[in-house]
Amino acid sequence: MDELKLYTYIAVFGSFALYFAIAWWARAGSTSDFYVAGGGVTPIQNGMAIGADWMSAASFISMAGLIAFLGYGGSVFLMGWTGGYVLLATLLAPYMRKHGKFTVPEFISDRYYSKTARIVAVICLIIASLTYIIGQMKGVGVAFSRFLEVDYGLGLGIGMMVVWVYAVLGGMKGITYTQIAQYCVLIFAYTIPAVFISLQLTGNPIPQLGLGSTLADGSGVYLLDKLDSVVTDLGFKEYTTDNLGGTLNMFAYTMSLMIGTAGLPHVIMRFFTVPSVKAARSSAGYALVFIALLYTVAPAVGAMARYNLINTIEPTAGQHMDYSERPQWFKDWEKTGLLQFEDKNNDGKVQYSADPKTNEMVKVDRDIMVLANPAIANLPNWVIALVAAGGLAAALSTAAGLLLAISSSVSHDLMKGVLTPDMSEKNELLAGRIVMTLSILVAGYLGLHPPGFAAGTVALAFGLAASSIFPALMMGIFSKKMSGKAAVAGMCSGIGITMLYVFQHKGIMFIPGTSFLGDMGENWFFGISPNAFGAVGALVNFAVAFIVCKLTGDAPKEIQQLVENFRIPKGAGAAHNH
Amino acid sequence: METQNSYWAENLRLILICLAIWFVSSFGFGLLLVEPLNEIRLGGYKLGFWFAQQGSIYVFVALVFWYSSQMNKLDKKYNVEES
Repeated sequence: MDELKLYTYIAVFGSFALYFAIAWWARAGSTSDFYVAGGGVTPIQNGMAIGADWMSAASFISMAGLIAFLGYGGSVFLMGWTGGYVLLATLLAPYMRKHGKFTVPEFISDRYYSKTARIVAVICLIIASLTYIIGQMKGVGVAFSRFLEVDYGLGLGIGMMVVWVYAVLGGMKGITYTQIAQYCVLIFAYTIPAVFISLQLTGNPIPQLGLGSTLADGSGVYLLDKLDSVVTDLGFKEYTTDNLGGTLNMFAYTMSLMIGTAGLPHVIMRFFTVPSVKAARSSAGYALVFIALLYTVAPAVGAMARYNLINTIEPTAGQHMDYSERPQWFKDWEKTGLLQFEDKNNDGKVQYSADPKTNEMVKVDRDIMVLANPAIANLPNWVIALVAAGGLAAALSTAAGLLLAISSSVSHDLMKGVLTPDMSEKNELLAGRIVMTLSILVAGYLGLHPPGFAAGTVALAFGLAASSIFPALMMGIFSKKMSGKAAVAGMCSGIGITMLYVFQHKGIMFIPGTSFLGDMGENWFFGISPNAFGAVGALVNFAVAFIVCKLTGDAPKEIQQLVENFRIPKGAGAAHNH
Repeated sequence: METQNSYWAENLRLILICLAIWFVSSFGFGLLLVEPLNEIRLGGYKLGFWFAQQGSIYVFVALVFWYSSQMNKLDKKYNVEES
């Protein structure tokens, strides 16, 4: 066994052992432990747990790679996935915590005095969460197969086992404390290589400052200026101004991600775990601090990875790398098929450019940038091993949070709330664990046989949350008179128009050939891409709900009193169930 | 009831201030005004680019803590804190 593999085994299995130990120490005894960790998590702990819950394989592995190739256009992810927390902290979290229930559909059902509303919310939640989990499971499989060189299916199986043990045993309590550990692992694994690379390139160890510094090669040129000139020389658009489909599209995209973030149930339900309304407000702040630690480093990682990649292939303008002298990481990633070279002009050298006719780097998968980054920069093997453990921590922590959101909405909202209301607490706890086990099996199956539409569904998950759940919650808090009928009409039309827009451009259920307008820029409504349409869906939701409410009458007096009640913190108890 | 209404009105005013700053720092400086701001430099960063990839995130963090502390004061003022 070589050194890298040994280090990787130590990092990965060492971190797994830590998660198991924590899960055993924090196992759940009651439904309150299982759903909301007994309501006793401090704001800083909760902030870290939300950070790990929120930052998935997509944040850890994919985002910096996307930024590396999109440049300024990648800002939509940075602003979109952080700005949502301002909305959460000011518009939703404190009031939902005051109301003090276990799940998001339960809040909707109380506020809108309607079982239909609860069921609609459960459906949105399950679709959004399951599509997310598929991505996490794929991430686990890929990380195992690349770093430990085990079979993809076996890697997936090991990942499923690990999540099963601590999620089913510990419920929200076990998951919360494990996520705190996972946050530490993932942030350490993300920043260490970034610090090394920033130091190498600019002499500044802080990546956020390094990105704005001059290169350490003595030229006195700023890194970003150099990157701009290097990419434009190859025929790409300028790094710092390349925008993603125009200003309006970037605007709608950012807005969709922000309100989608604030409407994702697995994030909102974390605010039920803190002891008070005051703590709900500050945990949103701590969560954002812990998320910002990664999100402000990511643009530096992206820009530096792009620079290092180009610099390896073409060290000085016009002087290209010999294919026979390519470095080890190049060979490793070629084996996975995610990096492909084709010697079009048969000169034995590697030419990389924006022109598809002369470009010989025929495939550079964006997802490999973070994982390959330490190797491209010649960092020591233990750093590479750490990145493997960090990627797994990110994927596992998010999968666990999503599984909890699904199992609680099925066992608590569907079974206890609608189908069998007289179920005892002990049976509900058992049902929660069984549903979670089934969800892990479904997620594992889908991870092993990813449906063709897996990639497209992430857009749908955000679109759903943005166009259905967020407006319903916000109106429920800020408009006392908003009625149940109006909310259901709003949710259905918001989701409806978003799905219609995504399907008409991407195909019904993402089946190619069934798209009736074609995925062409000129058919986009004002140039808004399907991924960015959730913001429009949310507007439709608000408008429809207000019109229906005007036509069919206001919510009853006792509901208006309920809203009055959760607007003030006074009298908040532990998250309870009655 | 009277005090509760003015508590809510003050809360709404705070929320509006927060959302205005939230909007200006991200959608304003990072997107709509990015080109004129890019004429100004912050070290190696163009200022508009900096707001889009760094500055807006720092503003968000500060905003959430500021709102939280202002609301704690408001809770005390109107005596609606949790016991």
